[in-house]
Amino acid sequence: MPYTAELKKLIKNVEKTRARRVEKKRKGEEFPAMSLDERTDILKYHPDFKEEGRREICIGPNKGYKIANEMVDLIHARSRVNPESIDLSSPDYETDVLVIGGGGAGTAAALLARENGCRVLVATKLRIGDANTMMAEGGIQAATKNGKDSPYYHYLDCMGGGHFKNDPDLVETLVTEAPDVLAWLEKLGAMFSKFPDGRLKALHGGGTCRKRMHSAGDITGAEIMRTIRDEAKNHPADIKILEFTAAVELILNDKGACEGAVLYNLETEEYFVCKARATVIATGGSGRLHIQNFMTTNHYGATGDGLFMAYRAGVPLKFLHTVQYHPTGAVFPEQAEGLLITEKFRGAGANVLNVDGEQFVYEREPRDVEASAIIRECTVRGKGVPTPTGKFGCWLDSPMIDMLKGEGYVRKEFPGKWILFKRYGIDITKEPMMIHPTLHYQNGGLAIDSSGKTDIDGLYAAGEVAGGIHGENRLMGNSLLDVLVFGRLAGSAAAAYAKKKYKPGKLSLQHVAAYNKEVASIEDAATRVSPMVLPDYSNPDVRKRQLTTDYVGTIR
Amino acid sequence: MSKSAEKSRKKEVKQSLIPIYIMGKKHEVPDSLTIQKALEYAGYQLVRGCGCRGGICGACGTVYRFPNSYRIEVGLSCQTVVEPNMYIAQLPFFPGNKATYDLDTLTATGSTLAALYPEMYKCIGCGTCTRSCPMDIDVMEYISRAIRGDIAGTAEASFDCVMCGLCAARCPAELVQYNIAILARRLYARHIAPPAKHLAAAVQNTRKGVFEEGVKKLKKMGTEELKKVYTGRITEPDIADEFWEPEDMTYLVSEKTR
Ligand SMILES: Cc1cc2nc3c(=O)[nH]c(=O)nc-3n(C[C@H](O)[C@H](O)[C@H](O)COP(=O)(O)OP(=O)(O)OC[C@H]3O[C@@H](n4cnc5c(N)ncnc54)[C@H](O)[C@@H]3O)c2cc1C
Ligand code: SF4
Ligand code: SF4
Ligand code: FES
Repeated sequence: MPYTAELKKLIKNVEKTRARRVEKKRKGEEFPAMSLDERTDILKYHPDFKEEGRREICIGPNKGYKIANEMVDLIHARSRVNPESIDLSSPDYETDVLVIGGGGAGTAAALLARENGCRVLVATKLRIGDANTMMAEGGIQAATKNGKDSPYYHYLDCMGGGHFKNDPDLVETLVTEAPDVLAWLEKLGAMFSKFPDGRLKALHGGGTCRKRMHSAGDITGAEIMRTIRDEAKNHPADIKILEFTAAVELILNDKGACEGAVLYNLETEEYFVCKARATVIATGGSGRLHIQNFMTTNHYGATGDGLFMAYRAGVPLKFLHTVQYHPTGAVFPEQAEGLLITEKFRGAGANVLNVDGEQFVYEREPRDVEASAIIRECTVRGKGVPTPTGKFGCWLDSPMIDMLKGEGYVRKEFPGKWILFKRYGIDITKEPMMIHPTLHYQNGGLAIDSSGKTDIDGLYAAGEVAGGIHGENRLMGNSLLDVLVFGRLAGSAAAAYAKKKYKPGKLSLQHVAAYNKEVASIEDAATRVSPMVLPDYSNPDVRKRQLTTDYVGTIR
Repeated sequence: MSKSAEKSRKKEVKQSLIPIYIMGKKHEVPDSLTIQKALEYAGYQLVRGCGCRGGICGACGTVYRFPNSYRIEVGLSCQTVVEPNMYIAQLPFFPGNKATYDLDTLTATGSTLAALYPEMYKCIGCGTCTRSCPMDIDVMEYISRAIRGDIAGTAEASFDCVMCGLCAARCPAELVQYNIAILARRLYARHIAPPAKHLAAAVQNTRKGVFEEGVKKLKKMGTEELKKVYTGRITEPDIADEFWEPEDMTYLVSEKTR
């Protein structure tokens, strides 16, 4: 749907100020960035600070910790399966390393576990690569140009973005391993955007002090994901991939170590036991929980399953009280709602503007600050741009990019977005995009050490499901990096454990039985199950007419 | 933006409904929905044929046709808006042949492609693949470049491929175009594009521990001190060129001297 007449009229305001804004940018004059105090002040508009949006956890290692209601709902919930009905004595699958989740972290872990001499089973909910990793557009950070950048500056930026709360050891690992990850990807044949002499192109991202955002066009995550997926499929004898198979519980043994998981085949609806010497959880994020009813950029399977399984088994949670809202999700046209407009647009110089076409925030503030400023503009300040469906957004002035960087830049650097909006009748090189913050990233997650190990022997976690690396707020480009850094480390560590430290015990789901019992005493909890596995977007009217949900006779 | 797209749609009642045919069966759905959301509206809980919901994973390749039209139309169901009287079928899986290889030992030549995917030469140049591509890729063109041994050209022309499989599903010569394409891209990036020298240097510097002391120093700082260093750090100007270097070169290794 092209812009309506009303919106076209409002776009005139943007056009009126554009030449002046471009001129300023050319001179290197930017809208003033906020001081640390101003940042703290504006964060009160952030959804994380809405008291009614969260409550305390009443069970498990983080009792008393306040996080989003939607997450607590799934912690205060019983298991999908009655543990007694599962026969642990004859496993259906046996492997050295079980990797749960076939996104970036899981696939990297699988490759490294194989390299370290293990047989790997990847159980993944959708297809391998149907994952948030595939969707990342903007880029991946790494200090690869030592003339102006090094892990020192990367460390500073990462800590500043995370409000200085990040786990310093994890950040050190992240920034120190970063160049290696880029070199690994180059060697695997990922097609990064380069100058003719091989020099990697790099841009700024929100909160970076050096240009270290490397990219592959505007489909960086897809290029990384399809490359490592292709590589995983090059080793069919050692890396077995089970698609449409979700893990629903971890299996511990009598010594408290992890020895695999209960898997659920989403198509035949059977449960299977997978016994593994070591297990890596790489189930990614949880945007599909729609915290505070926000729209989300995340893939269909982002329901946070790994968090809830591992929490039941006793792994503590960290930094889950903060959730990242991406400042720029599409709000128009309606079909594209929630869709991510990569931060690279702002990295390339596009201003964020209100209904009058005026700037109100520097376009490269850290995400939480940027999102809060946009929410404030659309709410208390009343300067949002109204959409035809009664929502509000702000403008992201994409046309000024070509003016700054030369004709054709947007088409070349953002081909995906250009085509998409063209289909809706909007030429983003001529008309700005309409944006609003959208639920994007789970800042926190399972506690790990710098090898990806959790508190449980034989259990590792990597990627968006883990917490601590990004403190309270992740910078763009540090997540693709984190996924590969810790995916690789967790894969190697899991392999080392499987080969040297693993001691077989008696398989047990006792922790699940105990949890089910404890949860029963929490109000409402017995009516809910977790993990969610898939969100339900089916029509409620249809559901009402589905009178037989169990087998009645030969069919349901 | 207080409602998720999916949830708010369920509650809107006064939108206009149009008829679509899901695998031949008629359903009335709101006209603003994508095919994917229309399937859900009709009552399906998707397991297959739905991944990213954002047009990039390639899980949701869909074919459709209008009555009295000979044309087979294609689209990604998460990106295509419904139209009246569409006859829709999804193609969530189509078996595809993938060669296995050790990228390091391959050469970036046409003969590598030919050895791993000899069926490539069966292409009859019918152009069906190009017409079947929801990403508007000229698939036949990248295949002909592959046949000519133009690895770089194949890589470039296929870059936007989401590996949905629609081209392969309709190819009379039974090629699996997207697998040939990813092999070409990996060959190009690994063996043709020059390696990034600064990256190799950064790996070496970092491995040697050149920056270790700096990072350790930051790690030891209290939050207030760290905040000061953070706020005082120099930001590379937007307009700076590739070889910009700050005045303070502590914890850096100049590229100019090398
Ligand atoms: C639209 C978008 C754009 C982004 N852009 C950037 C960017 O430019 N730069 C950046 O650094 N980061 C970006 N990110 C963030 C980054 O992509 C993700 O945080 C990261 O890729 C997560 O990787 P992962 O491997 O942990 O999870 P995922 O890639 O999501 O993989 C998790 C996998 O586990 C599967 N799974 C889930 N539950 C189960 C279960 N119970 N059993 C089995 N399998 C399960 C999922 O289906 C999925 O395949 C972006 C994210 C999104 C959504
Ligand atoms: S559909 Fe097959 S035969 Fe026809 S042009 Fe494409 S690759 Fe060649
Ligand atoms: S080239 Fe083939 S697999 Fe790739 S997007 Fe087009 S139709 Fe899909
Ligand atoms: S669901 Fe991923 S491309 Fe449509």
